[in-house]
Amino acid sequence: MKSFSYERADSPAAAAAAAARVPGAKFIGGGTNLLDLMKLQIETPAHLIDVNDLGLDEIESTDDGGLRIGAGVRNTDLAADPRVRNDYAVLTRALVSGASGQLRNQATTAGNLLQRTRCPYFYDTNQRCNKRRPGSGCGALAGVSRQHAIVGSSDACIATHPSDMAVALRCLDAKVSTVRSDGTRREIPIEAFHRLPGDTPEREHDLAADELITAVTLPPPVGGTQLYRKVRDRASYAFALVSVAAIVHRDGRAQVALGGVAHKPWRVETAERELARGGDARTTAAALLAGARPTRDNAYKVTLVERTLAAVLAQARESGS
Amino acid sequence: MKFDEPAGTNPIDQLKVVGRPADRIDGPLKTTGTAPYAHDRHDVVQNQAYGYVVGAAIAKGRIASMNLEAARAAPGVLAIVTADSAGRLDQGERNTARLLGGPEIQHYHQAVALVVAETFEQARDAAHRLKIRYAPAKGRFDLEAARDTATIPEKTGSGDPAETAVGDFEGAFRDSPVQLDQTYRTAYESHSMMEPHASVAAWDADGQLTLWTSNQMIAWTAQDMAKTLRIPRDKVRVMSPYIGGGFGGKLFLRADVLLAALGARAAKRPVKVSLTRALMPNNTTHRPATIQRIRIGAQRDGHITAIAHESWSADLPGGGPETAVLQTRALYAGAHRMTALRLAEHDLPEGNAMRAPGEAPGLAALEIAIDEISEKLGIDPVAFRILNDTQVVPDNPAPPDPDKNSDQTAPEARLDAGRPRRFSQRQLVRCLETGAERFGWKRRRSKPGSVRAGHWLVGMGVAAAFRNNLLTKSAARVRLDRRGRVTVETDMTDIGTGSYTILAQTAAEMMGVPLSQVDVRLGDSSFPASCGSGGQWGGNNSTAGVYAACTQLRRLVAARLGFDADASDLAFSDGEVRTASRSAPLMLATRDGPLEAEDAIEYGDLDERFQQSTFGAHFAEVRVDAYTGEVRVQRQLAVCAAGRILNPKTARSQIIGAMTMGVGAALMESLHVDTGVGFFVNHDLAGYEIPVHADIPHQDAIFLDEVDPMSSPMKAKGVAELGICGAAAAVANAVYNATGVRVRHYPLTLDKLVQNGLAIA
Amino acid sequence: MERFDPERRRVLKATAVAGSAVASAHLLLQAEAATASANATRLDTAATPHHDVRLRVNGTEHELRIDPRMTLLDTLRERLHLTGAKKGCDQGQCGACTVIVDGRRIASCLTLAVMQQGHEITTIEGLGTPRNLHALQAAFVKHDGFQCGFCTPGQICSATAMLQEIASGIPSHVTADLTRPPRSSILEFRERMSGNLCRCGAYSNIQQAIAEVAGVDADEIV
Ligand SMILES: Cc1cc2nc3c(=O)[nH]c(=O)nc-3n(C[C@H](O)[C@H](O)[C@H](O)COP(=O)(O)OP(=O)(O)OC[C@H]3O[C@@H](n4cnc5c(N)ncnc54)[C@H](O)[C@@H]3O)c2cc1C
Ligand code: SF4
Ligand code: FES
Ligand code: FES
Repeated sequence: MKSFSYERADSPAAAAAAAARVPGAKFIGGGTNLLDLMKLQIETPAHLIDVNDLGLDEIESTDDGGLRIGAGVRNTDLAADPRVRNDYAVLTRALVSGASGQLRNQATTAGNLLQRTRCPYFYDTNQRCNKRRPGSGCGALAGVSRQHAIVGSSDACIATHPSDMAVALRCLDAKVSTVRSDGTRREIPIEAFHRLPGDTPEREHDLAADELITAVTLPPPVGGTQLYRKVRDRASYAFALVSVAAIVHRDGRAQVALGGVAHKPWRVETAERELARGGDARTTAAALLAGARPTRDNAYKVTLVERTLAAVLAQARESGS
Repeated sequence: MKFDEPAGTNPIDQLKVVGRPADRIDGPLKTTGTAPYAHDRHDVVQNQAYGYVVGAAIAKGRIASMNLEAARAAPGVLAIVTADSAGRLDQGERNTARLLGGPEIQHYHQAVALVVAETFEQARDAAHRLKIRYAPAKGRFDLEAARDTATIPEKTGSGDPAETAVGDFEGAFRDSPVQLDQTYRTAYESHSMMEPHASVAAWDADGQLTLWTSNQMIAWTAQDMAKTLRIPRDKVRVMSPYIGGGFGGKLFLRADVLLAALGARAAKRPVKVSLTRALMPNNTTHRPATIQRIRIGAQRDGHITAIAHESWSADLPGGGPETAVLQTRALYAGAHRMTALRLAEHDLPEGNAMRAPGEAPGLAALEIAIDEISEKLGIDPVAFRILNDTQVVPDNPAPPDPDKNSDQTAPEARLDAGRPRRFSQRQLVRCLETGAERFGWKRRRSKPGSVRAGHWLVGMGVAAAFRNNLLTKSAARVRLDRRGRVTVETDMTDIGTGSYTILAQTAAEMMGVPLSQVDVRLGDSSFPASCGSGGQWGGNNSTAGVYAACTQLRRLVAARLGFDADASDLAFSDGEVRTASRSAPLMLATRDGPLEAEDAIEYGDLDERFQQSTFGAHFAEVRVDAYTGEVRVQRQLAVCAAGRILNPKTARSQIIGAMTMGVGAALMESLHVDTGVGFFVNHDLAGYEIPVHADIPHQDAIFLDEVDPMSSPMKAKGVAELGICGAAAAVANAVYNATGVRVRHYPLTLDKLVQNGLAIA
Repeated sequence: MERFDPERRRVLKATAVAGSAVASAHLLLQAEAATASANATRLDTAATPHHDVRLRVNGTEHELRIDPRMTLLDTLRERLHLTGAKKGCDQGQCGACTVIVDGRRIASCLTLAVMQQGHEITTIEGLGTPRNLHALQAAFVKHDGFQCGFCTPGQICSATAMLQEIASGIPSHVTADLTRPPRSSILEFRERMSGNLCRCGAYSNIQQAIAEVAGVDADEIV
């Protein structure tokens, strides 16, 4: 870990201003991802702005009947909120399937969205990695890629985004609110929040250096049967090999997003149209994974997506009837 | 004390303390965080600086240049140790690769530098400022590719021959009406003990080196440290009273302790070093992967006529094979047999012992093969194993043919050729029967894939457990003080095995005092040398060592109190020394000063006259998600026959802990090799998955009543590794029974099920 | 405890740290008298940024001048000599470093000490002592819920807070009905304790220990 200076900001404006003032500054929420990467000098901020005291730890109902989740709300508290449990169960289910009890007590909503990939080549600074050191090559592409992406990847990077929460948010059409040091605010739809790797896997989002996430907003509840199915090698405390977030309605319409398969939560409109038209897991998975480019190590994910989707649809049928 | 005749009745047989499920005496310290592990030792020496280990960035090649300037100039840096500055180092007897690499690099993450600084944060930061340029060389990293280059290994570690042959395997196999010929694969596994390798080192003005470390084998480590540093053995003191798990990964001198010593010398200050978790899989040792071919020929009535087991593994030049075929030499009957170990060279990190080395991967394969042949025969796998039981070691080869090249027969000559060698105790059949009864084996459907509960497929599996009992010398010192407290001192270690407790129980039984009156001090090279902890030899031998020392102490007490030490009715119990005619309080013996005795247990040839082994049967029930192939273990049971159980509570814990590791091996554990770059990729605890709470159901372990007078005066044998032997195969067989998909390549991750025809409906 | 007085720029020694190694009745530690407070780490304050923090640990206030890079775990272990919390990985992957902050369990290796000012920190040393064990500590001993003991302080801190989480209605991955408060069960314990690895494999026994303290039937089939 390189030396850094540290300050605790007391308002969103102050935090954004500090980020604009000090070059190489970074916000720190729970710290569960950032500190890990700082120890390895994969992240080397010169200045840390502690955003745990910004008053962003509330969950409020919005005028249109949705929910506004403060950026600093802990994963545990978000999962336990009665409004989330009742109306956005897919989000609670996704949150409680992630990490461990300890980490969920620390992790913040914003930090979870911005956590970086768990690709082992990204984590091992002796290895080639275009995301960590642009232009150095991709160690995973030629190496071990059992965990890696099968869709939306590029020749530069086949990493996945590890968040479970983000997959549920994608399914729910959430929006991410930010503020900058000059006071500009914007709302970024979740589908536009994370980038695909393309030729610049080091750029995972379009936030400016002084852009602070203040909240995540959920639209009014959409009902339906809400499920999150996470498939992993052990029963708990493991990242998804494949996950499916789904909101299934009685009339056959559904929203479906995948985790563990791409550089961002993966949702495809044609797949949902296919479902609404009465398509099954096979045809829907085919639409979801159109253009998939699995490696030898992760070809199983193609099958696994279809099977997990089938499991989710079966479960939705059972609990819906 | 020489133990060369079967044990008769002795004071341990009272079983007033021994054999009881006593709580661990170190429990209050461990549960309150006050047991001092190596990295906790602020109390032992002042002014400790912090060392940070840097591992090689390549798998093979040389360091072309090293620029230390930036690191040296970093805040707080006190010293930097590299191969260049360390002075001449020898290599420990038991290390395959050098612990401090450079200029030549032998494997990935081989230590190349230690940066010592005032604080941990400063040392870690400075370590990142080292500028090391490498000249990589081409290496060999693929076991599948290396298989064809494998040869017969010169040494097997265990001293067993690499090859055995009895009768005419090929002919008998060819003529068998029912045959199985399959190849199985086991993964590279990481010990992943929760405590990283950690040490504090301090030199005094006289060149005396004191080490507080985490190590299973104190005497080996002291020896190898002295040898590596080229200093006299008596200049090294090693202390390791608490060890946060070892499983074979802490049997030897490792980089943390060597570099702490070198760092302390360079910084002229005590230095504390802990390996980072990310270094552990590649820097230290691992369990080698294996490819195993098993052929079994049987008569239609189920009798095995021919059995062959061959195993391929690889290691660094100078290393040894994973001895995966040894169990097959003695587990089942069959007139025609052959086994062979093959070893290839590769350039991955050093392979070495991990809990039940050889047996665990060997039985993982063999016991699937047994399941497969039983199925082909249409015989229940429990019944098949019982049918093929043997009370003599079936692999005793015919007398060597004097006309044959003597080189070939030499290794086999040590077996007592021709004479049937019996097992001292062999209750495999009872283990299987008892287990089948307790587990409800009757309810198992032999047709795979036939039990379904919703989207879950349910199945049961069984496997035999078999591991040998090893006898090694072990010494101890016992003291009786004026207050009547008994103190045991031996360099034995407690790696979670319960040594503290069973040694205290032994001394309490021998001296006739309550357990609370015994203090046990372990893990110090200034104490008498014990067997140490490894190969499940620790419990029986170290307690026998204490038995020997206590026998001497009893003589001293008897003499002081005027008893005939050889009187047949002399008893020590309830704080008294008694014969039929007289009794005296034990404490009276130390009125004029404490009494102390030291002795060792040493063994004759009872282990050659009788094959001493432990046996068991594992049962597992799993459910498999028909959609996703996720496997969840629902129940596990082990029935063990392992001599006298000195403490059923701690012994049971050893068994269930080993069963847990067996679940890991069966379902998830695998160090993934990047065969291009040459390293274990998933080198942390998020990437290398071991079972968590949610993976482990309620587990049962049962011990059959058994005393084995051939093993030692304790009549006990090892248990710690028996629990993992066969545990993985029981799970694998249950997965097959649940799904009908036979996976022969561990671990049985869900990809292997969903890609091989797991049926959803 | 170390108390740093920034005015006079020198380290003062105050009372000894609570919870330094206590020898049990059974075991003689090689107790080269624990002088736990003495080993003050001097900081090269010119070269390294530093921060004055006030940490409240097990009810005691500590004023420390620290390198902001220090994690809470390293501060507890290396500065306060509270070595009960263990460093199994330093990456949030094992749970050995679990401590309780404001009633919630966290991985102390993945938070900075400077971030924990004003919070109430409880470590294993704050739960019980060898002679006065906390109910969970006693249950772990009784059910042999450990072997090597390295993961144990983390397991016990985690279990303490975990039971509280269930009591306050926080759902888990295995909570079937999200609209109702979760119920204590072995199934819930197993899922919720999964952030605490135990390589010795004491899980089944740990479950029994927790079940006993929580008053749950341990034989319940799950
Ligand atoms: C062992 C382990 C297992 C895990 N398993 C899972 C899992 O199964 N599923 C899963 O989803 N996650 C998992 N995680 C990841 C965990 O969820 C994330 O580490 C966590 O959500 C990050 O949140 P944080 O608040 O700690 O982020 P931090 O580490 O504080 O920050 C992460 C990033 O977000 C930035 N940031 C923080 N707050 C703001 C803000 N307000 N505005 C702008 N930028 C901000 C930081 O600068 C940093 O770049 C696991 C983590 C570990 C260590
Ligand atoms: S997949 Fe992406 S993160 Fe992983 S090595 Fe390749 S470039 Fe780096
Ligand atoms: S040391 Fe913190 S989780 Fe492992
Ligand atoms: S008791 Fe050893 S790791 Fe849990």
